[in-house]
Amino acid sequence: MPTAPALAPAPQVRPRTPGGGRGARAGWTVAVAVPLAFLAVFFVGPVAEIVGRGFVADGRLDLGGFGDVFSRPRTWRVVGQTLAQATLGTVGAVLLGVPGAYLLYRCRFRGRDALRAFVTVPFVLPTVVVGVAFRSLLVDGGLLGGLGLDGTFTAIVLALVFFNYAIVVRTVGGMWERLDPRTEQAARALGASPWRVLRTVTLPALGPAVASAASLVFLFCATAFGTVLVLGGRRYGTVETEIWIQTTQFLDLRAAAVLSVVQLVVVVAALSVAGRARARTERALTLGGPAATARPVRLREPVDAVAVVVTALTVGGLLALPLVNLVVRSMRTPRGWGLDNYAALAVPQDTLAVSAWQAAGTSVRTAVDATVIALVVGGLVALVVSRRPRGAPARRAVAGLDTLFMLPLGVSAVTVGFGFLVSMDAPLGIPVDLRTSPVLVAVAQAVVAVPLVVRTVLPVLRAVDPRQREVAATLGAAPGRVLRTVDLAVALRAVGLALGFAFAASLGEFGATSFLARPQDPTLPVVIFRLLGRPGAENYGAALAASVLLAALTAGIVAVCERLRRPGIGGAW
Amino acid sequence: MATPSPRRTPRARRVTTGAAASVALAALTACSAVGGATPADDTTSGATGTVTLVTHESFALSEGLLEQFEDETGLRVEVVQQADAGALVNQLVLTQDAPLGDLVYGIDNAFASRALDEGVVVPAELTAPAASDAAAYAVPGDDGALTAVDVGDVCLNVDTAWFAAQGVPEPTTLESLLDPAYRDLLVVPDPVTSSPGLAFLLATVGAFGEDGWVDYWAGLRDNGLQVADGWSEAYYTDFTAGGGDGPRPVVLSYASSPPFTVPEGGDAPTTRALLDTCFRQVEYAGVLAGAANPEGAALLLDFLLSDDVQADIPASMYMYPVSTAVELPQDWATWAPLADEPFEVAPADIAEHREAWLTTWSDTVIG
Repeated sequence: MPTAPALAPAPQVRPRTPGGGRGARAGWTVAVAVPLAFLAVFFVGPVAEIVGRGFVADGRLDLGGFGDVFSRPRTWRVVGQTLAQATLGTVGAVLLGVPGAYLLYRCRFRGRDALRAFVTVPFVLPTVVVGVAFRSLLVDGGLLGGLGLDGTFTAIVLALVFFNYAIVVRTVGGMWERLDPRTEQAARALGASPWRVLRTVTLPALGPAVASAASLVFLFCATAFGTVLVLGGRRYGTVETEIWIQTTQFLDLRAAAVLSVVQLVVVVAALSVAGRARARTERALTLGGPAATARPVRLREPVDAVAVVVTALTVGGLLALPLVNLVVRSMRTPRGWGLDNYAALAVPQDTLAVSAWQAAGTSVRTAVDATVIALVVGGLVALVVSRRPRGAPARRAVAGLDTLFMLPLGVSAVTVGFGFLVSMDAPLGIPVDLRTSPVLVAVAQAVVAVPLVVRTVLPVLRAVDPRQREVAATLGAAPGRVLRTVDLAVALRAVGLALGFAFAASLGEFGATSFLARPQDPTLPVVIFRLLGRPGAENYGAALAASVLLAALTAGIVAVCERLRRPGIGGAW
Repeated sequence: MATPSPRRTPRARRVTTGAAASVALAALTACSAVGGATPADDTTSGATGTVTLVTHESFALSEGLLEQFEDETGLRVEVVQQADAGALVNQLVLTQDAPLGDLVYGIDNAFASRALDEGVVVPAELTAPAASDAAAYAVPGDDGALTAVDVGDVCLNVDTAWFAAQGVPEPTTLESLLDPAYRDLLVVPDPVTSSPGLAFLLATVGAFGEDGWVDYWAGLRDNGLQVADGWSEAYYTDFTAGGGDGPRPVVLSYASSPPFTVPEGGDAPTTRALLDTCFRQVEYAGVLAGAANPEGAALLLDFLLSDDVQADIPASMYMYPVSTAVELPQDWATWAPLADEPFEVAPADIAEHREAWLTTWSDTVIG
């Protein structure tokens, strides 16, 4: 494959990092130690504790669970279904998401920012709401009832794409908008067709971002739990749903532990494939600012036309239809159409003690905590992992660190949640019971948000030409200064994306949160869940209105985060 | 070397970046949950006079009630809630060495035996007069570790308006649903993932016995049974009268659901509970073994049996009080009576067979 002219070749000279004196070494040690400590206490420890209980019987190691679980035909079926769902969901999200990334991040058009925020909404909707939004379209008599999709494998895969589309669009888009357009222009000037430019210049440059996005989506799909159960039922059970049943219903920790190990193997295998794909395509790129690359949509150009058609169908059909369905249903009241359900949100419900608005406040406050933690931890991880140390062992260690911090997305939320229960009464022997503290809710959300931050910031950092750092160092900049002027400056540009992601993940309450004993102040998803747990048109209406509020809140916050990256606001952001 | 971006790094710009970052961070911390208004959480029960109630998501009391208890006793009540009612007992079993709180409320009769067998709750001295009413629901063999607080019936509900419009008579019994006239009309939640779903499976075990219930479900399956993941999906998405305009007019819900379907301006509900299809759910509370504040827990349990709370239970938790001293709300008395003879399965039987029953059910119905 011909290397495009303006792409810098893979770095020949290794940077001298980590290095440069005792201060720098101490700095790197902290940068590695802080995230590792966080992960050890809030992820590895709890998971090891609960899985360990499954492998210990009467004080002795008992691995008999493996034989038992693997002799059940159901286990193999469940593993197969997990792989099939996750693979198809990932392929679907990537195929539809890459054109979306192009349109939303490489082109300029009216309403683009609103659309960027809009596509993130499905990502945060509680599954019980997606159940309403999707299934009420698909059931007999629903708008799409004629398709016969209710309760099918196809419905699950579509819902997985619905959820994860935004991951691909944002991760790939964040990279795409910074690719220097001059490379493509040069290729065009040399006579390459638009498709050829796309194939030989653009897509290879986007390789790492696509691999990043695909690995995230795969993890989300492989551990999807509510979506699978609500849309397909247990017929399409996955390793995740099986762990949930064994843990919460049967308290069969032995079987759950075996399944957790199976899940870990699948996830690590998937991550290493993605990691290899990433490494193969990774190289230093010339990155520009977002404003420099965006240009108006030109429908006459085939690339633009295809992107517009694919994205219009995806956004209009797959994303908007269920969401519009939700909004329409939220406006239906026993007295006809109106905003009564929204008015009800301001009043504390009998059975909730708080109003939906108060709950929204709690959600945002928790999300802020989770986001701050995730940005600090994820930022440090991305910085460390972005280095390419000289020695092979050090390089392997860096790759291992990268994989390690992805695991929270790939390990069952039930396992983590129950792990918290058995380990957080006195974390590290410190007698502070975190299990019933609001802090743990934020921490649980941050654990899941960290990989999102890493995957968003890392592609940008890795694309920094190491020679830039060397030049800075040669010119006399201290290591701290190099970090600040080269890495931080670049990383800050990705911060808006990462911030939006972390916030959305937290607002959507992914992961272990739903298995924690929660303090009385409910968050918005909890309020929705409670409202949908009661009969009555008012409760149903209020639940849907609260869902729309959650969607609007998410879209609003994501839009604000996007703005952080504009030139003119916050300097280089 | 090419500058990475033509617009970058005059000094002033970097300063703005830094300043913006600090402002953003400051703004973030100002509205943070930990650093913000929420008081620091020091739940060392007993020492500070706090009593911690561990419960499920459906727990709620009208505003002011818990405060009233706090005023009367000088205790502070801390409530921690868990999304999944079925998982509650399992969590308590796992956290026995370091209990999550002092009192648990919300263990139902399907999980009561496991809680007792594992010893997660201990007997308490109660003084509330309603304690004698509660005793009528005691788990056989239990010496007072679990106290019934409220009861409810899980029953099939029918959309009476739908059946009237179609000119089809409403089904009345479990058996009638095997009639081909009711093909494709029934939706129930999955007993493995839903606690009312499990209650309904138990109703069929109670009705048809150990030997008959599997055939009954095979019959339902062949007659077009739909299984939804949870109660919400079944009631709101599949049921015709839940508000979501679903396609199925018979749903598994509660005896207390019909009053919520009285239309605006109407005086009678559009749905009815089939009282010959019910399973009685009993919700228990108990003082946790190893509680830091067992005295406070017993006081709170007494409070749950007080007339004030018992009278509040229908409106706030959609269950029926165990106390015979309080009256039901008027519309409940009219439209939501409990079944006279609900189906029953002994808690010990449930504990022994639940897993096997659920596995058999899954093999029969889900395949």
